[in-house]
Amino acid sequence: MKVFVSRDMASVALGANDVARAFAEAGCDVVRTGSRGLFSIEPLVEVETKEGRIAFGPVGPGDVAAVLDGSHANRLGRIEHLLFFAGQQRFTFGRCGVIDPLSLDDYAAHGGWQGLGTARVMTPQQVVDAVKASGLRGRGGAGFPTGIKWQTVLDAPAGAKFIVCNADEGDSGTFADRMLMEGDPYCLIEGMAIAAHAVGAGHGHIYIRSEYPYCIATMRAAIQASAHLVAPFVLEVREGAGAYVCGEETALLDSIEGKRGQVRAKPPLPALQGLFGQPTVINNVLSLAAVPFIMVEGAEAYAAVGFGRSRGTMPVQLAGNVRHGGLYEIGFGITLGELVNEIGGGTASGRPVRAVQVGGPLGAYFPPSMFHLPFDYEAFAAAGGLIGHAGITVFDESVDMAHMARFAMEFCAAESCGKCTPCRIGSTRGVEIMDRIIGARDASVSVRPEPVEGLSSLADKGKASTGSVGTGEGYLNRALYSRSPDRIDVSIAAQTGLLRDLADTMKYGSLCALGGFTPYPVLSALDYFPEDFGAPAPIKEAAE
Amino acid sequence: MEEFIGAWAVRHGATRDRLLPLLHAIQEEAGYIDDAWVPAIAKALNISRADVHGVITFYHDFRRTPPGRHVVKLCRAESCQARGGAAIETAAAKLLGVAMGETRADGQVALEPVYCLGLCAIGPNALIDGRPVARIDAAALERIALEVAA
Repeated sequence: MKVFVSRDMASVALGANDVARAFAEAGCDVVRTGSRGLFSIEPLVEVETKEGRIAFGPVGPGDVAAVLDGSHANRLGRIEHLLFFAGQQRFTFGRCGVIDPLSLDDYAAHGGWQGLGTARVMTPQQVVDAVKASGLRGRGGAGFPTGIKWQTVLDAPAGAKFIVCNADEGDSGTFADRMLMEGDPYCLIEGMAIAAHAVGAGHGHIYIRSEYPYCIATMRAAIQASAHLVAPFVLEVREGAGAYVCGEETALLDSIEGKRGQVRAKPPLPALQGLFGQPTVINNVLSLAAVPFIMVEGAEAYAAVGFGRSRGTMPVQLAGNVRHGGLYEIGFGITLGELVNEIGGGTASGRPVRAVQVGGPLGAYFPPSMFHLPFDYEAFAAAGGLIGHAGITVFDESVDMAHMARFAMEFCAAESCGKCTPCRIGSTRGVEIMDRIIGARDASVSVRPEPVEGLSSLADKGKASTGSVGTGEGYLNRALYSRSPDRIDVSIAAQTGLLRDLADTMKYGSLCALGGFTPYPVLSALDYFPEDFGAPAPIKEAAE
Repeated sequence: MEEFIGAWAVRHGATRDRLLPLLHAIQEEAGYIDDAWVPAIAKALNISRADVHGVITFYHDFRRTPPGRHVVKLCRAESCQARGGAAIETAAAKLLGVAMGETRADGQVALEPVYCLGLCAIGPNALIDGRPVARIDAAALERIALEVAA
């Protein structure tokens, strides 16, 4: 009997290897696939029958007999009929979880290489025009039109051009790149080969973070197995080394070149002077993996789905404290509330949702009062946030938003490449400000435990001395005196003002999105959850 | 190690862009990258020792001292925090007898932070000597502690 068990890192972390071994020992023909993308039913086993694949999950290694005779309590039936899957539009993830990721036969049998075949009978300009017409925008987060990027590289005169795939998916709450590379690696290879044909590149790099060892192994094996199909285009995997900032495209290029992963000033754009100074297409995994569909089904079919200027589908990732977490690919325009409450089923803990962070560590925190927001680049930008890589991290009411704001600054300090001052120093100052705010907030609680690490004593000293500083002596005096820790006005109001000032400097003065977007989680937490920062709670809207 | 570095460069290329792959290979081979090997690395790729030092110290992955016999990489990022990661981190440090980011004095186990393993709907997560573990609770921590005691 043929059974399908995922080899995805998430499934393995939940015990899929033990399950697969048990079925193999029972004499089954076990096919290891990627993950279907719903983790509350993993480890998932699908049994091939005349009626199609029948799914059971979660399943343990002791459940073999009950699954094979169909009596297992966690019988789910056909995966496609489950609510979580029935509403999806799987343009990019259609094969993920279905095929053996490294089987060239499976890939070809499920429509693989047709996009490359179509592209190769078109001129490079026709391919670029099709990508432009599809409305595809960079799925890494910035949302820049992919076709325009490709046009720039196509038009650049150069001896050598490169295709670089940004697979440094470092944002917490995101795992779509990982799932695609582990579950359908040839799809990414095909997308890169189409890009190479479109701009005239001979060499491609896939930069994968070291935290994804399964991805690296799968992609390397897939590149080797498919080399003859994409030739003369040559591909290689580059392994990252634990630096979040290398997800920024110019830092990533420096890292491939063997340097510290520091951000480059732009211009020049990587499209004109990228890897080794040559014109380079640098795209996210999901952008490149969307291209084969566009070639096969046509740009119109892709553009027909979506919302406003956000065309096509987005593989949304539901993460954190969510009941049905996983990957949900759907056209733009679905609301945040539908994603979190209807598809995600609310929190895993069963307590009310208090906040969701959209777009990773640099994305804004939104309260449920913003759940009407449609998933769309422009709508999120207008609301003071970003879609980013479409990860949604759900938090229940136990979250301390001041702590999360502090963490955003701490993360920025830990991961800053150090090139620009607002990010390198501003993030550390931000942690200090948050420590003062949290210290003052906790000190203001009437019954309080032992002071934490001298913070509240600092606060007391500060309060005592504020009266003598800067009264009518002008800005310069205050600035000079402010360097002494005992003279800092540690009142919550003063520190909150300082935090906003710092956020402004980081936002407009940083070289890249790390320093520039860290203010999003910090200020959104402050604006939507001021009660956690020791300020009065906002007046609830009538709608709630 | 000098022979290893020289042979690697002959086999995989001696250009500067091979530096990260070479450092990964050395760490795979020896467990860490000793400062004493920096001149050989610089010579093999024809770059300065300062360049090599700069790269080794920039990336979190590269160690300059031998690692613990077991390495527990525990995720500290937002999605794991939303699922109780901070309490698990405190409990893990206590149970393993080592602070986050350090190697225990007897060299048996290191507890290291990692920012996201991409298993964000099933946290808190960790890599135990490279093996992914999800939904870590108190019972799972006990099992991990037993595993790394061996």
